[in-house]
Amino acid sequence: MVDLILSIYEIPVINILVKIVVILVPLLLTVAYFTYAERKIIGYMQVRIGPNRVGPRGWLQPIADALKLMFKEIIFPSGANKILFTIAPTIAISTALAAWAVVPFGAEMVLADLNVALLYVLAMTSVGVYGVILAGWSSNSKYAVMSTLRTAAQVVSYEIAMGFALVGVVMAARSLNIGEIVMGQSGSIWGWYMWPLLPLFVIYFVSGVAETNRAPFDVAEGESEIVAGFHVEYSGILFAIFFLAEYANMILISIMAALLFMGGWLSPFQGISFLGLGTSFLAGSSIVWLLAKTAIFMFLFLWFRATFPRYRYDQIMRLGWKVFIPITIVWIFVIGIMYYVQLAPWFG
Amino acid sequence: MNHLTQFFNSLFLAELFKGLGVTGRYLFKKKITVQYPEEKTPQSYRFRGLHALRRYANGEERCIACKLCEAICPALAISIESEEREDGTRRTKSYDIDLTKCIFCGFCEESCPVDSIVETRIFEYYGEERGDLLMTKEKLLAVGDKYEDQIAADRASDASYR
Repeated sequence: MVDLILSIYEIPVINILVKIVVILVPLLLTVAYFTYAERKIIGYMQVRIGPNRVGPRGWLQPIADALKLMFKEIIFPSGANKILFTIAPTIAISTALAAWAVVPFGAEMVLADLNVALLYVLAMTSVGVYGVILAGWSSNSKYAVMSTLRTAAQVVSYEIAMGFALVGVVMAARSLNIGEIVMGQSGSIWGWYMWPLLPLFVIYFVSGVAETNRAPFDVAEGESEIVAGFHVEYSGILFAIFFLAEYANMILISIMAALLFMGGWLSPFQGISFLGLGTSFLAGSSIVWLLAKTAIFMFLFLWFRATFPRYRYDQIMRLGWKVFIPITIVWIFVIGIMYYVQLAPWFG
Repeated sequence: MNHLTQFFNSLFLAELFKGLGVTGRYLFKKKITVQYPEEKTPQSYRFRGLHALRRYANGEERCIACKLCEAICPALAISIESEEREDGTRRTKSYDIDLTKCIFCGFCEESCPVDSIVETRIFEYYGEERGDLLMTKEKLLAVGDKYEDQIAADRASDASYR
């Protein structure tokens, strides 16, 4: 029996499908509980206690939400382009999930070990924006179109800053392969790229917040002005899919920040001998470190949302074009100098 | 100099970190949520909820059909019809308060010369049909009979402020 299962697992297609399931099921569960964490943490920061009625301490709340959305009617607005209207969330979710194909969870734990993985992730997140744009366009609604215009302009400008920030990482690692980028940061906590690339690190994460249309850059949703923006006409499972895609993207930005700037699955105690950890669990590399670092960034997303009021549209444009892009360009030259002088431990 | 400090403050996100600090502190503060059906906030004895008509201790209804409450009601929620009872006293034939109109201002209670119409602390009432929220004289007297102790106690605690 075991042999049979193993031999089925050896079939390449089955093997890949199993890996996909192993990545996606925990991802979707994380998305579900990320929404719960969001409501709880923002509630706590507002001196409330958040959802606590469904199940013990409200643990079943995301499941109740998902079930409710699944059984709700999908309403197509009159005059909406039905084909585009259904394709839009499909694009959003498929790109958000497809990007996870190249995310490594450990030295050998990666579905597709691409040499252009970083480029692929950038491409996928960019295509995902088309989901939002098509959704707003096909809805036949003024607010949705308004949101589409905002999203298009915002994401295009922040993609440049984000791209430049990642250029710095690529310069430091001399590779686009995410696994190699992580291994380039090995040695100790000082080997992480967040130290020489600190400005790029901050800009990457802030651009990531803007890319995913999260507060304080959520003009695309802008509840107070354009109700819900691009998904104002969506209901039921189609709305749930947009929600899923947004949160999957947030987690993707978080895990990429952990991988590219904070040494991914490498332990922060690596190479620090005086603590006497030796080869113990804390000093060893493992997926636990990656998930812990990702959780920090996921928490930051929620912390930002609880803290900052929404930027005005012109402020977003000013920040993107007049602050982030110049800083990234300057820092790319600084990296060049660091590279020239072979600054240890990153460029030695 | 001022411009320079401002420039560096904004470059290093000083204000933003300050803001994060505030929300970060509040994350660990004691929560003030009152979990309603199980916990309730304290109520004032001046609380203005469901109406009631009171009686004297001998069982005689207080209302003398002076219609002051009907006159003062800003929402026109009260309608009264009066008649002469067999013993010759002036009494109400009907006394209706439409709770779907009432704004719970308490003017009826203020205007009443015999402390007959009062507003109680009850706020958790409901009607399954719209007609259920039309309080008739019988319903109002029933509320008054049921909660007379509480009503009397609340009037007594407020008496020294009047």
